[in-house]
Amino acid sequence: MAASRPNQLFRNKSAKIAAIPMIATALVVFLGGTIWTVAHSFTSSKLLPKWDLVGLTQYERLWGTRRWLISIENLMIYGVCMLVFCFVIGFVLAALMDQKIRFENTFRAIILYPYALSFIVTGLVWQWILNPEFGLQHVIRSLGGNRPPAECEGVGLSLSCWLSGIEFDPLYNPRIAIYGILIAALWQGTGLIMVLMLAGLRGIDQEIWRASRVDGIPAWKTYLFVVIPMMRPVFVTTLVLIGAAIVKVYDLIVAQTGGGPGNATEMPAKYVYDYMFGGQNLGQGFAASTMMLLAVLIVVIPWAFMEFGRKNRG
Amino acid sequence: MEPSISIRHLDLSFGAVDVLKDLNLDIGKGEFLVLLGSSGCGKSTLLNCVAGLLDVSDGQIFISGRNVTWEEPSKRGIGMVFQSYALYPQMTVEGNLTFGLKNAGMPRAEIAERVERAARILQIEPLLKRKPAALSGGQRQRVAIGRALVRDVDVFLFDEPLSNLDAKLRTDLRAEIKELHQTLGNTMIYVTHDQIEAMTLADRIAIMRGGLILQLDSPKEIYNRPANKYVAGFIGSPSMNFFEGVVDLGGAPVFSCEAGDFDLSGYEFGAAGPQGGPAWLGIRPEHIAHGPDAAACPVRMEATVRLVEPLGSDTLARVQVGERLLWIRLDGQSSIRPGDTLTIGWHAERANLFDSATENRI
Ligand SMILES: Nc1ncnc2c1ncn2[C@@H]1O[C@H](COP(=O)(O)OP(=O)(O)O)[C@@H](O)[C@H]1O
Ligand SMILES: [Mg+2]
Repeated sequence: MAASRPNQLFRNKSAKIAAIPMIATALVVFLGGTIWTVAHSFTSSKLLPKWDLVGLTQYERLWGTRRWLISIENLMIYGVCMLVFCFVIGFVLAALMDQKIRFENTFRAIILYPYALSFIVTGLVWQWILNPEFGLQHVIRSLGGNRPPAECEGVGLSLSCWLSGIEFDPLYNPRIAIYGILIAALWQGTGLIMVLMLAGLRGIDQEIWRASRVDGIPAWKTYLFVVIPMMRPVFVTTLVLIGAAIVKVYDLIVAQTGGGPGNATEMPAKYVYDYMFGGQNLGQGFAASTMMLLAVLIVVIPWAFMEFGRKNRG
Repeated sequence: MEPSISIRHLDLSFGAVDVLKDLNLDIGKGEFLVLLGSSGCGKSTLLNCVAGLLDVSDGQIFISGRNVTWEEPSKRGIGMVFQSYALYPQMTVEGNLTFGLKNAGMPRAEIAERVERAARILQIEPLLKRKPAALSGGQRQRVAIGRALVRDVDVFLFDEPLSNLDAKLRTDLRAEIKELHQTLGNTMIYVTHDQIEAMTLADRIAIMRGGLILQLDSPKEIYNRPANKYVAGFIGSPSMNFFEGVVDLGGAPVFSCEAGDFDLSGYEFGAAGPQGGPAWLGIRPEHIAHGPDAAACPVRMEATVRLVEPLGSDTLARVQVGERLLWIRLDGQSSIRPGDTLTIGWHAERANLFDSATENRI
């Protein structure tokens, strides 16, 4: 009886053979690379990897470095703001777009367009826009006639003086520079989120909307209690996309501020890169990237358990 | 009968496309009206206008004597059931039934009472705590009907409620809807493209085509005296058989075509009286007699059997008369075979005549 049953291992043989190169690549590159990196984070590698174990020294140094601590803090601020705003703005834009407006395609293209640009371009564009000498601040001050401060002394309430004195230079102010980055990232990122959410909204049966109108449910309540719960899969997808974009943010910083002013806009990914290839301190870079991996795993593993564990039961 | 719903000179267009044109319709209190027509003829559009889900381009709609043309759907006193059920998937059955009532601020006790009543009528009490995903299609549609029921309204609107169900369930739920109507006595408008549903459920059927109502009558009248050739061909399966020819009123009325001259004495002409000239003669497969019965018919001919389709309850056969192929319906136990010859015939009062140019009944 058991002999007549074909071996499970050899079912769909050709498909399995075809998948072998991909599986091998994934194992060697991702898993192998990861293990190699984690292992070498316990060594004193400098310019070249060297198998010279020094225990947790690299980690002690990492967590004693001010730049790393600032990077972590920046990532937190940037991450939370990016997640919340990208999500909310993306959804609201999609909901507005879903009201059967005219020129929908045009609007959608305009809002999605920034996503087609590379982070380098976005960074440069917003560096210019936020530059006090010729960017937004300059434009607003010009509206007020660009009156010098001396002229305005003791003038009291005056629109032109107020406009001429306005200050908007986030990239030059260490306390708020990270928000300058955030603006650029939102400008680039929300378009994609909006399009995904719009696709999700369009996937909702029109008859659900009709039923809720017959029931007399106001539109906002329908969104809140019916539509949003139905869009869970889309939300998970967008969450993964935004999350990945947050953790790996690097090129935007390089193009927009180079991490400055001072260390004000440093990010973990940039720390890793700078130490591995700029500072010729591979061990330190490996330690930092291991910490990033750890942080991602702490978020992903419980989520994966929740998501897939539940499916098995349900 | 006092009209429950009146539709006056209703126009509706999507941009440049006129879907409904100057449509008038009165539906009596407690009447079961079925809108029947092929896909795309504007049935759903008409129903959505009555529900208030589409803004009409022109005309008026009255429900229970009130002009509701510009009222919100929820204020019109209607409940609606959709083809895709349109249940709120993240809520339990109970949540689905109560969402609208809670939103309207109805007292808890009354909500509970209404849900209890609806659940009892529809026999969905054991399902109240389940989510729609855990229900079968038939159960889901019952819940959707329940959602209309708890609204305690005078008018129920159904948009192809059974089209997503399999054949067996469709038959069962069809009977339940008919029973529901008999119990509640509400006015119901029911959209379908299925003629069996229309015939079995309706007090009156409105047959639509291209945004117009071609005939509005009882199922019996529509079956027996279709107002035009389209209706005649649409109702009945297999379709009515047609002959193209000329009505000759010279002596005794006769219809002559290439298959022969058919006696028309006994045919009941319309109100306009007998009318000669080019016409179509239509005869339903089940009205064609055969064998010994055919001998008594004034119209008789010889036919050769080409194809036999036994259905169990009866047998369909395609027979050839001259160049013409006709469908006839025989007894289920019939043992005829392709190649057999057989005498067929019919009585003139069973035939239908339609003018060639206007396709209207004469
Ligand atoms: N939103 C719309 N925009 C443009 N045309 C529409 C729209 N909805 C329906 N139509 C057209 O109106 C006609 C009638 O549609 P409908 O009432 O849904 O038909 P059915 O009788 O199958 O229910 C169809 O030809 C359809 O193409
Ligand atoms: Mg329809």
